[in-house]
Amino acid sequence: MRHLLSTRDLDLADAIRLLDVAEDMATVSTREVKKLPALRGKTVVNLFFENSTRTRISFEAAAKRLSADVINFSASGSSVAKGESLKDTAQTLAAMGADAVVLRHPSSGAPQSLADSGWIDAGVINAGDGTHEHPTQALLDAFTIRRRMHGAASRGTNLSGVAVTIVGDILHSRVARSNVWLLTTLGAQVTLVAPPTLMPVNMTAWPVEVEYDLDRSLLRTPPSVLMMLRVQAERMSGDFFPNTREYSRRWGLDDERLGRLPEDTIVMHPGPMNRGLEISAAAADSARSTVREQVTNGVSVRMAALYLLLAGERLSPPTPTSRMRATT
Amino acid sequence: MNDQTPFLIAGATLADGRRTDLLVADGLIAETGTGLSSTGARRIDADGLIALPGLVDLHTHLREPGFEPSETVLTGTRAAAAGGFTAVFAMANTSPVADTAGVVEQVHRLGQDAGYAYVQPIGAVTVGLEGRHLAELGAMASSRARVRVFSDDGHCVEDPLLMRRALEYVKSFGGVIAQHAQDSRLTVEAQMNEGQVSSDLGLAGWPAVAEESIIARDVLLAEHVGSRVHICHLSTAGSVDVVRWAKARGIAVTAEVTPHHLLLTEELVRSYDPKYKVNPPLRRAEDVEALRRGLADGTIDIVATDHAPHPVEAKDCEWAAAANGMVGLESALAVVQAAVVDTGGLDWADVARVLSAAPATIGGLTGFGHELTAGSPAELTLYDPNDPHEFTAADLAGRSGNSPYLDMQLPGRVRYTFHRGQPTLADGALREEGLVANG
Ligand SMILES: [Zn+2]
Repeated sequence: MRHLLSTRDLDLADAIRLLDVAEDMATVSTREVKKLPALRGKTVVNLFFENSTRTRISFEAAAKRLSADVINFSASGSSVAKGESLKDTAQTLAAMGADAVVLRHPSSGAPQSLADSGWIDAGVINAGDGTHEHPTQALLDAFTIRRRMHGAASRGTNLSGVAVTIVGDILHSRVARSNVWLLTTLGAQVTLVAPPTLMPVNMTAWPVEVEYDLDRSLLRTPPSVLMMLRVQAERMSGDFFPNTREYSRRWGLDDERLGRLPEDTIVMHPGPMNRGLEISAAAADSARSTVREQVTNGVSVRMAALYLLLAGERLSPPTPTSRMRATT
Repeated sequence: MNDQTPFLIAGATLADGRRTDLLVADGLIAETGTGLSSTGARRIDADGLIALPGLVDLHTHLREPGFEPSETVLTGTRAAAAGGFTAVFAMANTSPVADTAGVVEQVHRLGQDAGYAYVQPIGAVTVGLEGRHLAELGAMASSRARVRVFSDDGHCVEDPLLMRRALEYVKSFGGVIAQHAQDSRLTVEAQMNEGQVSSDLGLAGWPAVAEESIIARDVLLAEHVGSRVHICHLSTAGSVDVVRWAKARGIAVTAEVTPHHLLLTEELVRSYDPKYKVNPPLRRAEDVEALRRGLADGTIDIVATDHAPHPVEAKDCEWAAAANGMVGLESALAVVQAAVVDTGGLDWADVARVLSAAPATIGGLTGFGHELTAGSPAELTLYDPNDPHEFTAADLAGRSGNSPYLDMQLPGRVRYTFHRGQPTLADGALREEGLVANG
């Protein structure tokens, strides 16, 4: 794998391979010594043009568990404000010998521009670009779903027969886009629910069901997985819906809706949550909720992505398990 | 001083298909017919070349004054000559803005000094392109630059009352308002055409209705006040329908389309390559089809390049940070051939109309766009429509390289451009500055 820019680029075999390597990484994370020497001598740069402490520390932990050297580079200023330019920063990082760049950027397509530019030769992992994609978030979501469905027997399995309903600001959500492509590639059936103002204008090519009414959707397609998306502050002032009270009433997972869900439905949220807005406290803290597992699994999935990017086929995988050798 | 040797252009094919020789002398086409004597003249073998009236571009950004790192009047008119253009209308969004007689006269003079093409300045509609108060339209009209076209291009004249006043006011000197039709509220932070591709790419959309609603308003305003209005760079199928409706109703509207909107679609944006970023954005294949039909049936009057040079750094960046715009003068004729001639929509007489005669008429420019008959000014272009080649940076003659056609296959090449009776482009090469007919 040269780069990880979009889940749309992943075929079924790629996706399962990433998830299976992540299983191996998860095994490492349960050992007393949580470290592998796989990326010793490699330099991973976390290049964040947008603040996201959660995503950055998840990548940082992942790189460190693989013994890579980690440089955190927080660039200020969006492209609009003409702050630090992506090109200049990339060339600086190239001069520092970066082997992989984990890029978070407010502009859709910035990771692809970086990968195509010739500014730097490093592998690029998209850690969230504008309103486009966030592939490692989708991978950790898929990983979490697969573990809940198949437990210890997850390796090699896909998500066929799993009904996933994603609710919220689909229009601006990179998490939704990455999940649509990845989950459907893995065989899941995906339903998107949002107010029409927060739905992309043309989704004819998306392999999903689209529904505006959450209650009707829950009735028609009882979900195995209900994924609630965060309502961003800027949508609240942008007249996408009248006010948060109305949004919450029509599209929030409140206690009443929580009670109506099938018994084994799991509840996901990419975080950070607006408790009481898109998700009630009871839903967030219930046994159905995978919110904390998602955080743990995020590290395993990011280890897998870094490993496949930087060690990939070139190195024989290090111990600890022989299974890892077989799966990579 | 300029070399005034006559030229005998032998065996050229005119736009209507007839073959003729053309004797060019003293700035005029002195004689046409077959078997003309080349005694005392330099002979150009034009076998297989199409002779068109010198091309006229109603929509060029020359960037001077203010943005000389992108283009100057000299480099921009060299690009024009390389593309077969003998006259260009220079847009007003310079710095300072061309909103006074002083600035338009300066640009006009720079064009005369350069000598590669006639430069007809366009005046701003509003002071500083700010959309608040009318610029000195009358002063620009009666200046030495003789401005007849006014545009805030880059910005839409959004205030309907101000637009109405502008449409009315320019009637007194035969002017026309050229509208960049874009509702700013519907295009906040817009990055590309709104539709399936923008949905996939997570880029903020520029919906067709933001263009169509302004055009609909402006044709109705033009009808109400009895003025004519020109619509810049039509880009959607709906815009073609609105203009077709307005023309059927007798409204004095003219419209232009760019070469890139006739050839390229939004699918190219999937690469996130900023060379495809332009305003209005590349649209759907259905829009391209509708624009081609609109040009063929006369709903769209002209092709204009919207030549928009930008320095390297404005495109060597991520999509959202990149500037809008493409250079287009050098490639225009070959792109028009590929998009609408080779596909059967237009013949070469139509090309002469949409790229020369009609833009000259709309812009009130005399001495250009004439048929190539004895006595008419020697403004002409010789084009080889059978020279398929890969378009490369070597084909660009301006200061900027932001062409979307680099590495694309184009069907033909401009071989000669004559301006004021002298070649500005000879056998595909620009002539040196001292040799063109400046002044
Ligand atoms: Zn414009």
